[in-house]
Amino acid sequence: MDQPLIQLKNICKKFGQNVVLHNANLNIYKGEVTTIIGKSGSGKSVLLKHIIGLMEPDSGKILFKDRQVSEMNKKERYNLKKKFSYMFQGTALFDYMTVLDNIALPLRETTSLRESEILNRSHNMLAQLDLYEIDDKYPSQISGGMKKRVAMARALVTDPEIVLFDEPTTGLDPIRKNAVHSMIASYQKRFEFTGVLVSHEIPDVFYISQRVAMLDNRTILFEGTPDEIQKSTKPEIRQFIHASINFTGSESETS
Amino acid sequence: MGLVLGFEWLILIIKQVLNNILDNSVITKNPFTILGRSVLLMVQRIGRTSVFFIRGFFSIFFPPVKLIKILDQVYFIGAKSIFVIVLTGAFIGMVLGLQGYYTLVKFGSEGVLGSVVALSLIREMGPVMTAIMVIGRAGSAMAAEIGIMRISEQIDALETMNIDPVRFLFSPRLAAALISFPMLTALFDVIGIIGGYVTGSLLLGINSGIYFARVESSVLIQDVSGGFIKSIIFAMVVVTICSSQGYYTHTRSDGFGAKGVSLSTTSAVVISSVLVLLTDYILTSFLI
Repeated sequence: MDQPLIQLKNICKKFGQNVVLHNANLNIYKGEVTTIIGKSGSGKSVLLKHIIGLMEPDSGKILFKDRQVSEMNKKERYNLKKKFSYMFQGTALFDYMTVLDNIALPLRETTSLRESEILNRSHNMLAQLDLYEIDDKYPSQISGGMKKRVAMARALVTDPEIVLFDEPTTGLDPIRKNAVHSMIASYQKRFEFTGVLVSHEIPDVFYISQRVAMLDNRTILFEGTPDEIQKSTKPEIRQFIHASINFTGSESETS
Repeated sequence: MGLVLGFEWLILIIKQVLNNILDNSVITKNPFTILGRSVLLMVQRIGRTSVFFIRGFFSIFFPPVKLIKILDQVYFIGAKSIFVIVLTGAFIGMVLGLQGYYTLVKFGSEGVLGSVVALSLIREMGPVMTAIMVIGRAGSAMAAEIGIMRISEQIDALETMNIDPVRFLFSPRLAAALISFPMLTALFDVIGIIGGYVTGSLLLGINSGIYFARVESSVLIQDVSGGFIKSIIFAMVVVTICSSQGYYTHTRSDGFGAKGVSLSTTSAVVISSVLVLLTDYILTSFLI
């Protein structure tokens, strides 16, 4: 197997006395979608925030192409961050800006593109995500599902090399959920970005991921392909996956 | 007013000390440990706010300078404060005229009312009252707005987009305050002098020629420049405190979410008001 693009080695993080991550190890490979699954509150989002640098580990290393991120200088870190994009669980859209301004913001602030080009790219992104006639609306004037898609448009508009998705489908109806999953898969194929996904949507995420990691009991319990995790005999993994599948099954039956 | 603000500040500090004690799982009863911990925390906060100011100040001059954003903030901090400044300036001037007249008339020197009103306003009341008014109107809003952006992860979103949040949120506000405060102070001074004229000359009968001649003869350029220096320093203090209180809302130990934002807004108003009065004393002792 190739050398991992991003490596998390023995990451430990605690908030006060609450240990969230203890010796967590994760490898993320270039051009693949890696999904992190695990129970609610197990620290998946915290792990994701370590990857983009929103949080610093108490101990452990984060390596990008074998270079330790904490040892990079300011310019190197800036250039590294340019490769990333992040989609927040709670969307984190700027509530005082219109939808169009939200999407155009990263282009306006970090590129020297002309305003006409910025608007063109933003409109294209909106159209690709089935978002029509909401350019001038504010985030509070659109539905939760639309907000998710606007957040995704903002994350993808800069053509990032690595996209981190923090529960992109939570709160969406099944049709939109499938649409977002297929969008991530198709975008990943088209732009060949490296994706890291935090999700509860089992088994749906297995179809769009090349690798799956399970976070349990403050550490990465399993790392491998979707097939391998489904064949795993570890009781914690079996229990989590089967409970999720049964829940999804019974949910779709009742609906 | 200063006494009330000082008292509120004292309560705020006591509350912070108590929170620091309650925050720690290992509860210590050693008073030196408690004191030491609180002092360290205080030093840390002062350092953090200073770094915040320095980063924001120098970012104003890094190209590309975002003129539109600065103008937006000039409109919010400056233009939208005009009404309240005119109103308070007029009444402060009128009260000064009234009080000044009845004090000076006892010594038969009511003729110098123009000097009393103008010098009080230009040297002290103008810059201080303008800063206090802007804290109430724009400073609290600044702290609340940035605080809400912090708790709803909008500031984190800026960081993930490689946008410096300090440069994006704080620098335009600081630049706008540096432009607006002296202008608002000048407006406050002029309206205040007119207010003093209304009570002193129109209501109490001092000759208007004498009133304005006194204003003209007693006010020196050093008085005006001193007032402007004060207003520029106050602009830095007010915007830095109000913005940093909102920016660091998430680090509060005494309240999270909406409560954290409300506490940050209160702290922003109280701390910046006290610091304006404190800085005023220090600056006056140098400028006088």
